[in-house]
Amino acid sequence: MAENTVQYKYKPGNLLASAPNKLRPELLRSEEMIINLGPQHPSTHGVLRLELLMEGEIVKEVVPHIGYLHRCFEKHAENLPYNQVIPFVDRLDYVAAMNNEHVYAMGVERMLGIDQQIPKRVEYVRVLVAELNRIASHFIAVGTYGMDIGAFTPFFWIMRDREHILRLLEWASGSRLLYNYIWIGGLFYDLPVGFEERCAEFVQYIKPKMEELETVLLRNEIFIRRTANVGVLSRDLAINCGVTGPMLRASGLRFDLRRVDGYSIYPELDFDIPIGRGEVGTLGDCWDRTYVRVQEIYESLKIISQCLDKLNGEHKRTRDFDPQALLPKKIRPKAQDFYVRAEIPKGELGFFFRADGKSDVPFRCKCRSCSFVNLSVLPELAKGILIADLIAIIGSIDVVMGEVDR
Amino acid sequence: MQPFEEILALVKKQCTHSDAVADEAATPKAIRVHADDLLPVMQELLNHSSLYFDMLSCITGIDNGPGHDMEVAYNLYSIPFGHQLMIKVKLNRDNPAIESLNHFWRSANWLEREIFDMYGIVFLNHPDLRRILMPADWEGHPLRKDYKHQEYYRDIKVEY
Repeated sequence: MAENTVQYKYKPGNLLASAPNKLRPELLRSEEMIINLGPQHPSTHGVLRLELLMEGEIVKEVVPHIGYLHRCFEKHAENLPYNQVIPFVDRLDYVAAMNNEHVYAMGVERMLGIDQQIPKRVEYVRVLVAELNRIASHFIAVGTYGMDIGAFTPFFWIMRDREHILRLLEWASGSRLLYNYIWIGGLFYDLPVGFEERCAEFVQYIKPKMEELETVLLRNEIFIRRTANVGVLSRDLAINCGVTGPMLRASGLRFDLRRVDGYSIYPELDFDIPIGRGEVGTLGDCWDRTYVRVQEIYESLKIISQCLDKLNGEHKRTRDFDPQALLPKKIRPKAQDFYVRAEIPKGELGFFFRADGKSDVPFRCKCRSCSFVNLSVLPELAKGILIADLIAIIGSIDVVMGEVDR
Repeated sequence: MQPFEEILALVKKQCTHSDAVADEAATPKAIRVHADDLLPVMQELLNHSSLYFDMLSCITGIDNGPGHDMEVAYNLYSIPFGHQLMIKVKLNRDNPAIESLNHFWRSANWLEREIFDMYGIVFLNHPDLRRILMPADWEGHPLRKDYKHQEYYRDIKVEY
């Protein structure tokens, strides 16, 4: 192919053949129209395309179209050994890669039956980095949400603070976003010398900033007007639609897999599970969802402090500690079906494995992604609302398209 | 926690086509039922007062390759009681079809669409069975074991 030629021949019918509209123009009543939102609209958080049936400013029906970021995760996973899947797992929810790795590694370890032998120090380091990443993910969620509905300043403040987390994680793993740090049976490296001190400094630094954030965003009159009583998700509908994570908790159910399943070292840690209370509007509205995320940041900070105490005390770094000591030489689980689930910032991330007992590659590796299921509630939430509120609802779901499309 | 045997006995009562078989090696423990028994079994699991599986977390399609069968695995969770359960169903590979669970759990809607997209398993009485991740005019179902990807899609070479 010569340079500067187009990649393929443009034909006018291509778009409608590959992503056809569900709504039919010929069935529209008078005053109704079909509006296409996305996939390149900035307020859709990536490549989400929405087909809207509008009557003036009122949204009557929403049809989401996804798949623009489909990268064949499940197909790749069927062709690679278990340990080589981890970099792909990073790219599911790319703003919370540590949490994804933690779930995946935990699942494979349980399949191999080595989950009880993992050293405590490794577990504490895993939870430490996962909670740091949880804060970073909630920062993105809250910050971009504010920007979606017109609050510019909090976004810059939050990105400044998130940078500290990314630098910490870069120091530990060597990369800023996609870490490949938690391995099956251990870690890539132990924490660098001095990490604990810097991390403790960060916790001290961030606490007053969080209070600032609450004043400038959560308690801001304009923000409350835009989000309170908007996109109310009832608890029953949330459960029936499979919604998990902060969205479910904002609807008033105290349900967190870290507490319910008590995996890793979470039973040893002291933290609360914030839920929505309908403080400024109705229970389960957009404001509650943002509120729950902000409160979860405080809880994550608590967890980090406790992990740091343990890592400086009981499970102190020793000269001969090797985080790779327990890496299995051959990862070949016996034949079984296995479903593992755990809490990542957006909800329940699950992996379904089928091992055939004969090979080092999973026969089937299905990812149950929380953003995908959470997004499927959007058509229920967006009925009879204003189009400006639709943007507020999309932001409050906190979708990461990498995880929706996989 | 309800012992697995009691759940199994309740499921067995609903089965009329063939007996339910337990798979204790699976995690969470699984029950294999006949495809035609799926609706009564699921209805019982959802509505029974001591089970109340109110959340359908995950639906997985599995293709065991040509000459074998296809499977669908449902992962259920009961929030009030904390039970976890897996229900597995075998399907004929030549003409895979199964009842949709969309009217019990709305989370089934997109999860079933994804399986239809990737495996070509038809979900009967599904309100909106379209492809979800792949383009609508894509040929074949990519996660089938005998899938051959098309060489060109709109003059773009398909590389893997």
